[in-house]
Amino acid sequence: MDSNAVIATLTPLVTGASFEVGASVDFATVYVSADRLLETCIVLRDAPSLRFNVLVEVTAADYFPRAPRFEVVYHLLSISNRLRLRLKVRSSAHDAIPTVQSVWPSAGWLEREVWDMFGIVFDGHPDLRRLLMPEDWDGHPQRKDYPVQIRKAPQTYEPLEISEEEFKANLERDRLKRTN
Amino acid sequence: MAQSDPHLHDLDAELPIITTTVEKIVQWARRSAIWPVQFGLACCAIEMMAMVASRYDIARFGAEVFRGSPRQSDLMIVAGRLSRKMAPAMRRVYDQMPEPKWVISMGACASIGGVFDNYAIVQGVDQVVPVDVFVPGCPPRPESLIYGIVQLQQKIARSRA
Repeated sequence: MDSNAVIATLTPLVTGASFEVGASVDFATVYVSADRLLETCIVLRDAPSLRFNVLVEVTAADYFPRAPRFEVVYHLLSISNRLRLRLKVRSSAHDAIPTVQSVWPSAGWLEREVWDMFGIVFDGHPDLRRLLMPEDWDGHPQRKDYPVQIRKAPQTYEPLEISEEEFKANLERDRLKRTN
Repeated sequence: MAQSDPHLHDLDAELPIITTTVEKIVQWARRSAIWPVQFGLACCAIEMMAMVASRYDIARFGAEVFRGSPRQSDLMIVAGRLSRKMAPAMRRVYDQMPEPKWVISMGACASIGGVFDNYAIVQGVDQVVPVDVFVPGCPPRPESLIYGIVQLQQKIARSRA
């Protein structure tokens, strides 16, 4: 199934969405706008001829200084129909993209990584924290305008990851679990 | 025996006795059993493992007992590039080691950042912990690391207990 066939399947099922064929050498690539992303993803997962039930990867690319500078890329896999699809969404630094965690729960950490590296905000994400960089890091290193080297001393201390109250609450929770 | 040796202190030369200082014997014991902590960070750790295995056999120098716990170790071989996120964890492992303790910075990445001249990698682990021996190479061959350990043994022999 090539890009045009995917678009032909999607267009009657997603109202008000305009799709676009993207350049690719391996498998189908489709552009979609951010406001119709969630509906498109639900159709991609549930339509019988598609059934993209695996979200393989969420990543992004920075085309600075082009505007809009970012493209968020979703790689999808349909196990039952043996299909692969690359779904792309254009985004600027200020736009928020809806999270697809309600469609594929595996999107959680992948979107965290994209936010960590590119600073693209995912609207509705329940836990948008840094994944790869230290929690108190400044900036988003995979952006094209991020410096390669920062001359600053490495931190040698480790901030406490949970507060004392949370620690005690966890102990209490585990104690209750044992007694029940 | 034609002439009496002043070092024998009028003892019979046939007696199985040697004289030394407590300091020398303590440092001899320390340098003969340097137990490294397991701290392989990247590809240098492969060469470090090769050094432990039978072909190079660091057991000849008493340093073959790699410990999983820093509390049982004397030596930390920083084998590989240290990321900024890893630096606090490495410092914590170092702080948990009992005195006396030594550090070998193994390879170009641990020593000066190597090819990773970027924001994510600490440009030399001596910014985080005090380093006794730097072993150059990318990665250093096991012989180089053994040479580094021998240098450390000589340093321990020279230092005060």
